[in-house]
Amino acid sequence: MSTLHTVNKSPFETRTLESCLAHCRPGDAVLMIEDGVYGALSGTALSDRVAAKAGAVKLYVLTPDIAARGLPEDRMIAGVTGVDYRGFVDLVAEHDRTQAWL
Amino acid sequence: MSEDVKKFLYVNRKAPYGTIYALEALEVVLIGAAFDQDVSLAFLDDGVFQLTSGQDTAAIGVKNFSPTFRALGDYEVTRLYVERESLEERGLSAEDLQEITYEDEDDDWAEKPSIRVVSREEMAAIMAEQDVILSF
Repeated sequence: MSTLHTVNKSPFETRTLESCLAHCRPGDAVLMIEDGVYGALSGTALSDRVAAKAGAVKLYVLTPDIAARGLPEDRMIAGVTGVDYRGFVDLVAEHDRTQAWL
Repeated sequence: MSEDVKKFLYVNRKAPYGTIYALEALEVVLIGAAFDQDVSLAFLDDGVFQLTSGQDTAAIGVKNFSPTFRALGDYEVTRLYVERESLEERGLSAEDLQEITYEDEDDDWAEKPSIRVVSREEMAAIMAEQDVILSF
């Protein structure tokens, strides 16, 4: 039994990503979408905290949203996997429930 | 209740009057309660501010919807989970929250508290046992 969490807010504007990560359980997945993709950037004030979750929790980022924002994929935190919309659907199907963190 | 009853959790993470989220969540809960599902509410992050006692909105010209939480028991919504860490981070404790009760039909209609303060870890476990999670 596992949960797919989606986060669509920048972690520099709200604490949504932090709260989400604090409520994840091992085996869960977090998909960063829309402005949430900024949480996947390396070299930020939050990168270490996000990276520390990789492993116990699978971290994903929606590649169309990082492309739209001009963020190079090689700037993503190691351990964050890029998925397209088809991959998003697969993630929803693979987990028991989806929790959208607004 | 029939076998296709699902567990619904309404997650409240926003303070009450700055945005419409909190009021909308309550409206949806009341509508959803008509469908005989297993409904509970979670309050975490700024969502805990929704439950403070003594809210008085007269001077800001919007409806004080906090008394409506006390009606939830009549709709068989009897579990309001409040995260302890979220309270503490905001300098609050359970004593700062309004009293919300329900009458337990399985216990001679005894009046019992609906608010259950839980740890962050317990909250994560509660989320993990749901069929549907709706966030506001």
